[in-house]
Amino acid sequence: MGQAEGRPLSSGTQLEKSQTGIKGLDEVTRGGLPKGRPTLVCGGPGAGKTLLASEFLVRGALKFGEPGVFMSFEETSDDLTKNVASLGFKLDDLVAEKMIFLDYVLISRSEIEETGEYDLEGLFIRLEYAIASVGAKRVVLDSIETLFAGIPNPALVRAEIKRLFQWLRNKGMTTIITGEKGEETFTRHGLEEYVSDCVIFLDHRISDQVSTRRIRIVKYRGSAHDTNEFPFLINGNGITVMPITSLGLKHIVTNERISTGIPRLDAMLGEKGYYRASSVLISGSAGTGKTSFAAHFADAACRRGEKCLFFAFEESESQVIRNMRSIGIDLEQWVKNGLLIYHADRPTIYGLETHLSVMQEMINEFNPRAVIVDPVSNLNAVANNINVKMMLTRLLDQLKLNSITTVLTILTQGSQPSESTDVDISSLADTWIRLRDTESGGERTRGMYILKSRGMPHSNQVREFLLSDKGVDLMDVYVGPEGFLTGSARVFGEAQEKAKGVALEQDAQMKERILERKREEMKARIAEIRAEFKTQEAAIKESIRQEKLRQNKASENRDAMARIRKAD
Amino acid sequence: MATKTGIVKKNQGNSKAAIKAWELRLYVAGQTPRSMAAFSNLKKLCEEHLNGEYRIEVIDLLETPELAKGDQIFAIPTLVRKLPEPIKKIIGDLSNEERVLIGLNLKPVV
Repeated sequence: MGQAEGRPLSSGTQLEKSQTGIKGLDEVTRGGLPKGRPTLVCGGPGAGKTLLASEFLVRGALKFGEPGVFMSFEETSDDLTKNVASLGFKLDDLVAEKMIFLDYVLISRSEIEETGEYDLEGLFIRLEYAIASVGAKRVVLDSIETLFAGIPNPALVRAEIKRLFQWLRNKGMTTIITGEKGEETFTRHGLEEYVSDCVIFLDHRISDQVSTRRIRIVKYRGSAHDTNEFPFLINGNGITVMPITSLGLKHIVTNERISTGIPRLDAMLGEKGYYRASSVLISGSAGTGKTSFAAHFADAACRRGEKCLFFAFEESESQVIRNMRSIGIDLEQWVKNGLLIYHADRPTIYGLETHLSVMQEMINEFNPRAVIVDPVSNLNAVANNINVKMMLTRLLDQLKLNSITTVLTILTQGSQPSESTDVDISSLADTWIRLRDTESGGERTRGMYILKSRGMPHSNQVREFLLSDKGVDLMDVYVGPEGFLTGSARVFGEAQEKAKGVALEQDAQMKERILERKREEMKARIAEIRAEFKTQEAAIKESIRQEKLRQNKASENRDAMARIRKAD
Repeated sequence: MATKTGIVKKNQGNSKAAIKAWELRLYVAGQTPRSMAAFSNLKKLCEEHLNGEYRIEVIDLLETPELAKGDQIFAIPTLVRKLPEPIKKIIGDLSNEERVLIGLNLKPVV
């Protein structure tokens, strides 16, 4: 049909695209809508077609300096201006600045009488006039299908619509045409036959009383595009499409480590604490101290002078501040000096996508280094697990990309196996700390261990901790003969150990003394022997001397006798 | 037909007498055979049924496109009965006389 469609699709000729400026939509379409060609946006009533089309024009005018024409077949210019004002768009200002031209085409079958041949040249003339008045690059026809209802000759309408689209192509207008969803076709009157370039489908469904909006690129000739359904939402800033794949697993990791706020927990995590920009999961059943662990982290972040955003789905700001003060964490000072923002919402006040967008917007606005969500499991109140997981995946992707460290707490049910969570997001967590209550000897004690911590050596011990007035206090590990001991059993065990130690020492001292005595004994005995020897030695020496004396005497006597006998 | 560069106003002179006169506006886009046909069909019909108590204004939207919005014109040609009220719209080349008369309330719907 059109000259544009004949364009070869070799890699050299990239299809020219026109950015919509709508958050997320340009990512899903990989760059925007086909430039200078019509795009069909279809969906059921209330799906958001008109809003999407309006935002396309408003963003075009504000962000890209491209004026636009809005030809409405359904809403008067006043109604339209009022409706989009709820998205924060000031159409009348843009109209006054000649950036947008509004034309409301009223077709009322009751005042129409067909009296022969005619065509719809009037529409062309109006459109041409509108385009010329503002120098438009973008056009919206919302919804041209009204022509079928107003004009009794469908064959003529078809031919004229076909001619109109071709005319818009020739003029190089990037156009959005809206159409109501049909029974089995994308539009009631088969407009998709005439718009072969790009078809976008919007869906608005309610499941479990929560409304969710979805967008899907059904077709995009000559361009790669994401074919998945993506959630989108409409709030005070317009439409936000939330692509799950756009970020993917491409974030750059850092080796920087940051304190958990609990020195002994840092020690368990390879002496240094969490990785920056990692996601930390703290799970545990009711009353195990999840919020306290999270508050420690928030406190530590603020102490470093980093901004921290605390999303709570359970407790109000004043309640958390009071409770944390009782364990010695003063969060109020950080709230006062602006480092900590505490945002509390009941999970049930919005749908999941709205929660996500509120969070994303706050994150974009406040630009924190740390984010805490306490507890994410409460979001199960508004959506099923798969959706919560998808939402958290998107949230964590965004946080990681912005190098934000995240602590998520999860409430687990007592009866659950310990290593699965209500919301099955364990795979999203880089560090997973499990808190548990153990009951033994008639008391409950709190214990914690690190289930996993990617990319760092970490302690495998189960540690008992107390919530003291100085916060989370990790106890020394006491592993007795019967295993890990906690609570008073640990204290008793420790006392026993101590007693045993004292006994051993006494024993040793006793032996020392015996040894000493023996040594004394030995010395005494040696002295005795030496004395005896000396006595005997003296006696023997005396007898030897007397013997010699006697011998000398005898010899003297012999000499004397010889002299007397005059021998020789 | 071609001589009727009849993008003209008719019976402008008797505006005072025409308080109860019919005021008709014919929207065309250039002098196409279809708009010429519409104009001559209209003229003939008015002569026959309105006894000269009428005024026809022909508006060429190619010259004054801004006027299309006011009367909500989308089809060409379109005849608008401004007076007597209520405003009526008749689209087409006015070749089906019976339908034109019904449209102008000159003939009751059978």
